[in-house]
Amino acid sequence: MSEMSKIVRTISNIIFPFIMVFGLYVIAHGHLTPGGGFQGGAVAASGCIMLIVAYGSTWVLGKIKTSRLAVFESTGALGFIGVAFLGLIFGGYFFNNFLVRKGILFNVVPKTGFTGSEFNTAGVLPLMNFSVGVKVIAGLFVIVLVMAYASSLKEWKE
Amino acid sequence: MSIRNIVAVVMFSILAIFFVFTAFMITFGAPKETKMDDYIIMNTQNETGTNSGVTTIVFDYRGFDTLGEATILFAAVSGVLMIFRRVKK
Repeated sequence: MSEMSKIVRTISNIIFPFIMVFGLYVIAHGHLTPGGGFQGGAVAASGCIMLIVAYGSTWVLGKIKTSRLAVFESTGALGFIGVAFLGLIFGGYFFNNFLVRKGILFNVVPKTGFTGSEFNTAGVLPLMNFSVGVKVIAGLFVIVLVMAYASSLKEWKE
Repeated sequence: MSIRNIVAVVMFSILAIFFVFTAFMITFGAPKETKMDDYIIMNTQNETGTNSGVTTIVFDYRGFDTLGEATILFAAVSGVLMIFRRVKK
């Protein structure tokens, strides 16, 4: 894929930060509002994919390497499983929400019923949302990037 | 009328019967078994400290399901990177 016209590139330059901020907002507020790591990661990854469409995969591959994105993806997966194993260590069983009452961070328990949204709640769920979000951003981005670059190659040698 | 058309008609009629029975036997918005729904709605804020019940189910009550989804995404990325790798000449 080569790069598109200057109009498309300018418009994608303008709306790219808004898409990324919205995706990161959905990830960060996953325990308060609809959405979560997967959904916000998909939004932010589609913002990055818009750059591939506008600028071409060769330009994007000059900016970031696929191996680095794969490292980000594996880091997200290891963070998710690591938080689950921390629940095994500190709480007694796998996927235990060990931060909810006795942790340092995210330890506020809201009252049952209609309450206001406080950010400092929900135990380990924001950490899991964050790691899953990093994983989904890097995963979807690297899948589309590698496929776009492979489809733009001129010669296919068997 | 070939046997293929007969099989298609039978299959579609079975599917239509399923849809009709599902639409009329279960009333919309009134499920029969609500024990687990009520438990999660009443206890999710006290037990997990989360205001969003859906996130609680996805990441806390059904954490293994999310672990499976993450594994599927990891396998997809690994497969794509392996298939489209640069082969050195």
